[in-house]
Amino acid sequence: VTITVLLFARYREAAGRSDLELEAPEGATLRWIWQRVQAEVPALAGEPYPMFACDRVHARPDRVVTGREEIAVFPPVSGG
Amino acid sequence: VTSVTLHRLVDGPLDLQEAIRAVAGPDRGAIATFSGTARDHHGGRRVVRLEYHAYTAMAEESFQAIIHEASERFGTPHIAILHRTGVVPIGEASVIIAVAAPHRREALAACAFAIDRLKEIAPIWKKELYADGAAWIEGSETRPSR
Repeated sequence: VTITVLLFARYREAAGRSDLELEAPEGATLRWIWQRVQAEVPALAGEPYPMFACDRVHARPDRVVTGREEIAVFPPVSGG
Repeated sequence: VTSVTLHRLVDGPLDLQEAIRAVAGPDRGAIATFSGTARDHHGGRRVVRLEYHAYTAMAEESFQAIIHEASERFGTPHIAILHRTGVVPIGEASVIIAVAAPHRREALAACAFAIDRLKEIAPIWKKELYADGAAWIEGSETRPSR
C-alpha cells in the first residue's frame, strides 16, 4: 500500500517538505516506515527520539499500519 | 455536568480575558489561570523571539483529551486552553490555561495538571530565534535549525 507520512518541525525542515510517500508491505510497522523515511532523508539518520502518531494519537514504533491511517513522525514536543 | 470548554490554536495574540470568560460561572468561586510567556534568554543565550509550529489537528484533539482528563481527575469541567502559533514576541503569551471550579484547590490543581500534560503530549514545537541563528527546542534538548 502507498503510505503518506506527515513530517513536522525540524524533521520537516530537514526533509524540505511536509510529507513523504512510501510503498509499504503488508504488516509494516511505524519503525519500518521510519527506517524508510531516514533512507529518503539522510539528514534524519541517527535521530534518537522520533515520536509517532496514528490518526492523531501518539503511537508506539511496533504499531502495524494498514495504510488507511493518518501517519505522522516528529521530534520530541516542546509546546507551552 | 455541562462542560463548556474552549480550546484553540491561535495565529496571533492570546486573550486571557477570553479564556476567563469561557470558564467563569455563578457556581464557581475560583478561576485559576496560567500564562506561559516568551522569555528573552535560554542557557545564557539571548532570545530575540520565539516561533511555535504545530500539528494543528492533533494538537487541538490533544487539548480536548487534556481537558477531558483534567475534568475527570479533578471534577473541573470548565477549562480553556489557548496556544499561539507562528511568531511570539518576547513577553507575550504562547499559552493560556484557565480553570474555573467551585473552590480554589481543584482549580489550581487542574490548571497545573493541564499545563504539565500539554507540555508532555501536545504536538507543538518551539523554535528560538537568536541574533545569529535559531534552534529547535525538543524536550530538554536544543537542536540547531538550518
